[in-house]
Amino acid sequence: MSSSKELLAAGGTQEGWAPLLELALREVFELMLGSQLTLPTNAAEEMPKEVTAMVGLAGKLCGLVGVHCSGKCAALMTSKMLGVPLDKVGADMSDALGEISNMVAGNFKNKISGLGDGCMLSPPTVITGTDYSMYSLADSPALEIRVMFENMLIVISLQIHS
Amino acid sequence: MPITALIVDDSSVMRKIVERSLRQAGLELSKVFEAGNGAEALSVLLGDKVDLILCDINMPVMDGLEFVKQLAGVENAKGTPVVMITTEGSEAHVVQALSAGARGYIRKPFTPEQVKEQVIPVLGGKS
Repeated sequence: MSSSKELLAAGGTQEGWAPLLELALREVFELMLGSQLTLPTNAAEEMPKEVTAMVGLAGKLCGLVGVHCSGKCAALMTSKMLGVPLDKVGADMSDALGEISNMVAGNFKNKISGLGDGCMLSPPTVITGTDYSMYSLADSPALEIRVMFENMLIVISLQIHS
Repeated sequence: MPITALIVDDSSVMRKIVERSLRQAGLELSKVFEAGNGAEALSVLLGDKVDLILCDINMPVMDGLEFVKQLAGVENAKGTPVVMITTEGSEAHVVQALSAGARGYIRKPFTPEQVKEQVIPVLGGKS
């Protein structure tokens, strides 16, 4: 079985996966939320972390896909996904963000040539709040995709453990 | 003609989205049952018969593939079509699901049109 390292060797660099991750993200927003993502205008804007949804990858590809955004952004994503008014979004928000991270991770792995069914997804985990730090066993810097959703920054991160 | 459906997914948000997609696909739903995993879905089918089952694969307690295999022994599910809706998109997963007895396969993310394309043919004119 190939490892993350062998997949990287076969497919080029980890940076080569950035377009696949971005495409996976855009498809989820277009199909499930009916929203087009745009590029950020302020590259220096700090990564929002009021809501962080994560899905682990295990098998041929090991790592972690994270979706990071503000609480207001998470609420609007949930509203669009469920087709309900913003003020009706309640306990569903964490579940919705977990599903979005799950679909982004699944859609991403389905786009990697040679991965087949050799990569499994963990159940999503959602953290709300800002007073936390995260430690990962990933042995390379996280790949980050920055996009704007309704003028709010969303950061998608991919950390690979080879 | 109105139909009844059972939606099996461990995410309540995804169950709501699947139900909405069925309605957007033009299906008239007289009753929708929900279950959070395969074991809960089997319990629903002990007491009720449905026209259509939509089922996730990765779920706790009993996953979707095991659920589909066990349906063969459930009297109320005889002939009921099952369509899988999952993030697992590899050919191997599709083959596994269809071999287990599923009649259709929808990859997340999906559109109501994709739901319609998979669901209408398996309903055999009931819709």
